[in-house]
Amino acid sequence: MKAGAMKLDWTRNETLVALVILGFCTAAAISDPGFLSLATLTDLLRGGIVLGIFAVAALIVLISGGIDVSFTAVAAFTMYVTAMILNAALPWLPWWAALAFGMAVGACLGAVNGVLIAFFGLPTLIVTLGTMSIFRGTMLTFIGQKQITTLPPGMRDFGRMMLLRGENADGSFYSLHGAFVVTVLVVMLTWTILHRTMLGRQIFAIGGSEESARRIGINVRKVQFFVYIYVGALAGLAGIIHASMARVANPFDLVGLELSVIAAVVLGGARLAGGHGTLTGTILGVALIVLVRNSLIVLGIPSTWQSVTIGCLILLGTGLPAWQAKRAAARAA
Amino acid sequence: MPDALVTLDGVTKTYSGITALDGVSLSIAAGEAVCLAGENGSGKSTLIKILAGVEQADSGRIAFAGQTQGPLNPRLSAAAGIKVIFQDFSLFPNLTVAENIAFSAEIGAGARLYRRARIRALATRTLERIGVDIPLNVAVETLSVAHKQLVAICRALATEARLIIMDEPTTALTEREVRVLLDIIRRLKADGVAVLFVSHKLAEVLEVCEHVVVLRNGQKVAEGPASDFDAASLTRHMTGRDVAGAPPAPLPADAPVLMQVDGLNKDGACTDISFTLHAGEVLGISGLLGSGRTALAKALFGLVAPDRGSITLNGKRVATGNPLAAAEAGIGYVPEDRLTEGLFLTQSILQNIAIGRLDAHGNGAGVLDLPALLGEARDWLTRLSVKTANPDAPVRSLSGGNQQRVVLARWMARSPRVLILNGPSVGVDVGSKSEIHGIIAGLAAQGLGVIVISDDLPEVLATCHRVLVMKAGRITEEFDARAVSETELAHRLAS
Amino acid sequence: MSARSAAQPSAVSRLTASTEGRLAVIAVAVFLGMALMSPDKFLSVQNLTSMAFQFPEFAILALAMTITMLTGGIDLSVVGIANMTAIIAALILTRATGSGDGWGVLAFALSASVAVGLLAGLFNGILIAKLGLPPILATLGSGLIFTGIAIAMTGGSAVMGFPAATAWIGNSTILGIPAPVILFALLAIGISLLLTRTGFGIKLRMFGANPLAARYAAIDIDAMLIRVYMLSGALAAVSGMVVMSRANSAKADYGSSYLLLAVLIAVLGGVNPYGGYGRVIGVVLAVLSMQFLSSGMNMLQVSNFARELIWGTLLIFVMVMNTWRTRPRNA
Repeated sequence: MKAGAMKLDWTRNETLVALVILGFCTAAAISDPGFLSLATLTDLLRGGIVLGIFAVAALIVLISGGIDVSFTAVAAFTMYVTAMILNAALPWLPWWAALAFGMAVGACLGAVNGVLIAFFGLPTLIVTLGTMSIFRGTMLTFIGQKQITTLPPGMRDFGRMMLLRGENADGSFYSLHGAFVVTVLVVMLTWTILHRTMLGRQIFAIGGSEESARRIGINVRKVQFFVYIYVGALAGLAGIIHASMARVANPFDLVGLELSVIAAVVLGGARLAGGHGTLTGTILGVALIVLVRNSLIVLGIPSTWQSVTIGCLILLGTGLPAWQAKRAAARAA
Repeated sequence: MPDALVTLDGVTKTYSGITALDGVSLSIAAGEAVCLAGENGSGKSTLIKILAGVEQADSGRIAFAGQTQGPLNPRLSAAAGIKVIFQDFSLFPNLTVAENIAFSAEIGAGARLYRRARIRALATRTLERIGVDIPLNVAVETLSVAHKQLVAICRALATEARLIIMDEPTTALTEREVRVLLDIIRRLKADGVAVLFVSHKLAEVLEVCEHVVVLRNGQKVAEGPASDFDAASLTRHMTGRDVAGAPPAPLPADAPVLMQVDGLNKDGACTDISFTLHAGEVLGISGLLGSGRTALAKALFGLVAPDRGSITLNGKRVATGNPLAAAEAGIGYVPEDRLTEGLFLTQSILQNIAIGRLDAHGNGAGVLDLPALLGEARDWLTRLSVKTANPDAPVRSLSGGNQQRVVLARWMARSPRVLILNGPSVGVDVGSKSEIHGIIAGLAAQGLGVIVISDDLPEVLATCHRVLVMKAGRITEEFDARAVSETELAHRLAS
Repeated sequence: MSARSAAQPSAVSRLTASTEGRLAVIAVAVFLGMALMSPDKFLSVQNLTSMAFQFPEFAILALAMTITMLTGGIDLSVVGIANMTAIIAALILTRATGSGDGWGVLAFALSASVAVGLLAGLFNGILIAKLGLPPILATLGSGLIFTGIAIAMTGGSAVMGFPAATAWIGNSTILGIPAPVILFALLAIGISLLLTRTGFGIKLRMFGANPLAARYAAIDIDAMLIRVYMLSGALAAVSGMVVMSRANSAKADYGSSYLLLAVLIAVLGGVNPYGGYGRVIGVVLAVLSMQFLSSGMNMLQVSNFARELIWGTLLIFVMVMNTWRTRPRNA
């Protein structure tokens, strides 16, 4: 979308993903002129609310040189436990306090990852695999397995907030949930942290070279600890938003999304090796994944092929740069 | 006399029973440049790490400006104005030049916000101070080695630097770049900044130094004003003896051509390389880091695919760009960086040798005759007198010299016809070094062709029959090793 | 040095010095603990048999994970391959009923599924070895494709109605031993021999220890990696057969929790996720510990989900123990 205005840089994933999105939308508009409507756009934005927050969380971890697969479990745990606690003890909490409560719960769970990774120095993938099982297992074993259909009033209020609402020419409704604003705020806050604070620059520095960071006196443990707490807080926030929008807290939701989220972020140009990644790319990656999920059918591809399509996109999106890098390495000797 | 900037007094450090530094004392005054010379393994890097606060000394006293310090850490050392420029520069490849320069200054100042204008101003000011011009906004990973070093110097200067420690500063620089560096050092000294050069080849920087300290096996073996030392006396102190042995006996005039390289070219790495190698000959290829010497070695062994040119061995063309084909044809390669390229550090000593002989000891289905395979590897340990109590221990437990022999054994077990040795004695103690030179002579006596790639000129002159000089990817000159002096060769390399 | 300082190591400290030794202690302790807590239930023939039928399907996946992790890679597509190959076998089995007793069709379906598993692995191997994709991304993407193909072939519903012979793989016993256990034992022994007694096994472990040095030692890396992922694909297909036979159906989303479980077992079994170290015996002990624990939990009427909790805790516990023990040596 933005690529038209920029000078095309083929080595950037952002360009590639933006072009694929453009191509997708063009093809969809040709096969169904009704595709280019406000309803499609609001569906797309709605689909990107929770996924977008998750993706921002995954991006920060990737930039710092780690990988986190536990954030969906943190989100599920947080939304379920928060709904339960608020129902039982704090039903008077307003919606914004409910969100803050969720972020606090998420941050505590993130701190568990943080301790194991920053202070014990364990590999991030293995730690978060383990904590994922622990968070989910704890919730389902000790807290409950039944859906909470009556959400606390604060979350219910939040679930009803709409930015805009309207009716299409064909009589169908469209709406954009107020939580979209939260996602936008999360992106802005994260951008500010990453690009306008020394903490953010230290996250990039650690991802670039942890050893160098240690040598020039960056407190690597502190920065890593912050990263996992922040990711936990974002995941908690996403969990509360998910439950509020769905008007139910289902403990079996969300878990299983983690690899798709990481895929979206990687599509957007973040590198598994750390130190690289942009919010623009991440947003584009999320947009592409949501587009494929929502609108594949418009192109005449049955929705059963969704997973194949996303898989191919991941292989293309990571394969092209990898192949280019391999060729460049061969050229450079 | 005022207190010295930094004083070390009887500093000792041992690693699991091995003494790396043994009661070393040293002092550096403000505005003074000191050379700390020593071979690899002499304790230089341990001393740097202790000053930088990365490692703690076991005993001894460290004082900054007369104040005795407690246990150091990187932040305390940095706060005292001690800045280390490590050999790998420790930069952030993904960040811009400006950020790399200003990063420690901003952290040290306790900045919470990223102040772009301030960072750019600081970077510009620092670059001006040393009088160089590098674009601020490019990522450091795209810079040349010399520019990376300048960025690392600027990063040290951007904070309150009182002592700059430079680890192996000249290995990657051309003579011109070294002169630029020396000019910068003179400016720094005029500003009252002290400099400690740490290296195993210091002849280039002697002219700006006031004081020289030589380490050998963790002990200070010589110290004095720089004017008392020259390249030869430094080498003598570092190695503990006079320049290494006599060159090899001349090659018989009728020695047959073993390998012929014709017009080997790889854009941006090496240009139109042609030479011949005779059976029984030891051929030296020397050049600065970045002269293309390693790219050429890799191209010969198939690790780099050349755009054109050919390699012929015993009259047969060797497929280029494929290490398997090269190894199959009888070419072996002992790489430069033993730890990352040569060895499987966590695997056993025996397996590190046996890995080269799996195909010879496997049946059609790939099932190995393990006793034969490991027996052969054990045999090689004895033949190259690798000293180890337990051949099943990880190869990482061996000393540098023994590790190098393990890599040599892996290739010798395959009975190659041409063996390429890149930096055969880097990081090897003096005793092992001469033994490795003995092995090289032995291989040549068996009729192998040996190519020694090295910038250790005494080594090149002591082992080789002929020397090729590389510069900017080309072979620029060829010498008979008996007819050229070390000084002459050094000049040809760097001019 | 450590050997000399501890002059006479006791039998216990020698046993716990290696990851496998510690795991053996854990496995025995868990078994005894469960047996003591509820001897009549845990040690009943019925329970022991049902345990023996349960674990092989994910244990075989863990073997696949082990060999890819030994190279420093990972195979996130194993569950996708298992389901895709199971559905292909299932479609063959349902189409070809009525011809004889079904043994011929079964053999054909089995070979077809293993062949497809090999092909899927070949695809992964080419992505990783030839195109240079990081294994984690290559197999993440290909796993989605394989699962997607399975969904597209079936529309997401289960395939069932197999000839009776199909049940033999997952539900029969031979000399009183459940067939899946025998299958797993054969595969585990085979992989163990492959890793320790063949050039291929040594090469893949050495490659995992240092890929760059492997290249400099003139190892045929591409061919080796492709074979590793093909083997992984074939093992995934075998696991898919066991699941299909036990469930008497095939579906695109069976066993989705097995992916993380397989990673978990491999790591718990001492396989270094960065490559270069891992033994089949460790993986077997890890599988057994997990199965004893989760069965015991079931005996004690603890919810199914407690298993996940305990697995995760065990994984973190073992990792913390491992670093805690090695830390002084690193310093």
